[in-house]
Amino acid sequence: MPLRIVTGNHAAGHALSLAGEANRTARGTACGIYPITPQTEIVERVAAFPFSRGRVVAVESEHSAMAVTMGASVSGARAFTASSSNGIAYMVENIMVAGFYRLPIVMVAVNRTLGPPWNIWADQGDTLMLRDFPWIQLYAADNQEVHDLTLLAFRLAEDPRILLPVLVCMDAFIVSHTQAETELASPDEVDAFLPDLDLPHRLDPAHPRALGSMVWPDATVSHRMEIDEAMARVPNVMAECRARFREVFGRDPGGPLDALHTDAADAVLVASATVATTARGVVERRRAAGERVGLVKMRRYRPFPEAELVQACGGAGRIGVLDRDYAAGAGGVWWQDVRAGFQGRDETPLIQDYLLGIGGGDVTPALVNQVLDDLLNRRAAGPPVWADASGAFGPPAEVGA
Amino acid sequence: MKIPDIACSEECLLRAGNTNCGGCGMSLGLNFLARALAEADETCQLAIPACCGIVAAGAFPTTAYSVPTVATTFAAAAAVASGMAAIRDLNGETHQVICWAGDGGTYDIGLATLSAAAERNEDIVYVCYDNEIYGNTGGQRSSATPPGARTTTTPAGKREAKKDIVGILAAHGVPYAATVSIAHPDDAARKFRTAFETTGTSFLLLHSPCPTGWKSEPGDSVHLVRLAVRSGLFPLYEVFDGVRYRINDAPDWTDPGEYFARQRRFATDAVDLDATRASCRRRFARLETLAEAFPA
Ligand SMILES: Cc1ncc(C[n+]2csc(CCOP(=O)(O)OP(=O)(O)O)c2C)c(N)n1
Ligand code: SF4
Ligand SMILES: [Mg+2]
Repeated sequence: MPLRIVTGNHAAGHALSLAGEANRTARGTACGIYPITPQTEIVERVAAFPFSRGRVVAVESEHSAMAVTMGASVSGARAFTASSSNGIAYMVENIMVAGFYRLPIVMVAVNRTLGPPWNIWADQGDTLMLRDFPWIQLYAADNQEVHDLTLLAFRLAEDPRILLPVLVCMDAFIVSHTQAETELASPDEVDAFLPDLDLPHRLDPAHPRALGSMVWPDATVSHRMEIDEAMARVPNVMAECRARFREVFGRDPGGPLDALHTDAADAVLVASATVATTARGVVERRRAAGERVGLVKMRRYRPFPEAELVQACGGAGRIGVLDRDYAAGAGGVWWQDVRAGFQGRDETPLIQDYLLGIGGGDVTPALVNQVLDDLLNRRAAGPPVWADASGAFGPPAEVGA
Repeated sequence: MKIPDIACSEECLLRAGNTNCGGCGMSLGLNFLARALAEADETCQLAIPACCGIVAAGAFPTTAYSVPTVATTFAAAAAVASGMAAIRDLNGETHQVICWAGDGGTYDIGLATLSAAAERNEDIVYVCYDNEIYGNTGGQRSSATPPGARTTTTPAGKREAKKDIVGILAAHGVPYAATVSIAHPDDAARKFRTAFETTGTSFLLLHSPCPTGWKSEPGDSVHLVRLAVRSGLFPLYEVFDGVRYRINDAPDWTDPGEYFARQRRFATDAVDLDATRASCRRRFARLETLAEAFPA
């Protein structure tokens, strides 16, 4: 497929539509959709797609968008939707149910600040708050990753060893509305990549079941343990999906994380999405200047790739976590998982949290430089640092970095 | 855990082992539905929001329902059913997708969802079994609770009137909306059949006695809803396309006093019987006018 210049939203809408269309040889596709900035273009693209066996239901709320999507999924169809920010918050009850029902729904989320006060810019708080639900969470850093991870998400979600919904996240505007060269899949490629969906627990008149009726504690424990086992299978199955993706598309969609210059690094930054892209530039330049600094770019948040992260950090003594999110009273969300990942290891590095880009503030190379300086110079880890321009470091110096 | 296979019986939608109270109108309503399905040679799948109706299924891994059933979130039944109906239609299947919801899930928390499904004219059958109370949570008010009824959140008796939910659905122009009483089995059967035959949204309001919430004798259930029809408290009628009306059984204007007296949810002095009689007459006169002017 030739390169096209499209927005992140366009890439997502394209991937969702072709995935839905690919299930025309099975039970088709349906979804409930509802607009919210900056996600709206995605559902508009889906609504305009000429599905040969599909229905797009424009509903009255996000709660119902996920409900329609679940009704389709439980009937054995491929099902997906997209949302953002307060839309996700409004949808939460049914997001949770989709996971508990083990429905392989894919939702593209455009990470936007939760309000009020109203703010439409990038912030990951809207999806990270779903962290305790049975959803796999992937974070894309650019348009190509949005496209590729969305397609990969369907194969992963629908794998009979997994059967968990997947969230594919991108930063508001920086990715959702920015046009960039993107290789868009062809229908034939998507057909080849995604097998027909055969949901084992779909509604079946020959085997009538009540999905979601009451359970006692013992069955609840079984249910949660089965989710835990499926989550534990994600790393291997995702690796298989990644390999198959490479075969079909000739491109690497990426794994749970990328390590950059972490060998023999003194300090490693851990970042996701577009913040990781900015951090990559800074790390590359400072490496080239002889500093032993590295970066781990996170692509998967749930299940958290703990062992991979510890390994990727390669024994660095200092780790700085870049959080474009804030959990009230608890600092950054990624930081909490990173700290937990190192807990109990022989040599625990200094792990410092930096809250930056909150509410869509610019994360410039200069700011990341300041963060890296702070990390390299500090004696001990402290409370999360509010690292935005107005925060701990004051206005960033004009660095030619 | 292994889920046992359960043989499907059309005759019995709600099977033995369900958890409903004795005298529950909803149990009878489900039996009426089962009979109507069998007579019409139809099958169904159920979407049931949080309410006594889903608790009735009993505890996993068994289910009292003999058909595929999805427990939806409280507000979401009509939307989940929309997704189910979409995939049914895309696959050329013919079963009925039926929402079986309480008044809380219909008049209150699920109203926007139902309104949207009705506006889209989804091909579903939506049955609200109206026990005029949140039964499952122990008896709180809903906007279907009638004036004078004591609930745990209206301990002195509710002051506000009941919403006209059939009027609300009719205002959406749904192809079929009707009231159903378990004291009128033939009328009920015909209305279920009409709902099955209707393409688009059908709405049935089933007056559902709840001995637990109404503080009535279980053996009185059918008698009570019969009194409600006769006294004009719950007239039986149908609305087609939101504009054409048919009255099925005119009240004989039995005095409503007994209806109230036999339910301890109504304090003796909480219901203004004269005002109730007058409002029943007024509402029925309006229905008659509509049925004469715009007959079905
Ligand atoms: C979002 C949400 N809020 C509250 C509840 C608690 N709840 C469960 S059933 C119910 C009342 C149901 O009333 P109704 O729909 O009239 O059905 P009934 O119990 O009378 O059969 C409530 C409040 C819930 N399950 N979900
Ligand atoms: S509380 Fe009322 S509606 Fe619920 S099962 Fe008992 S009688 Fe039926
Ligand atoms: Mg009720």
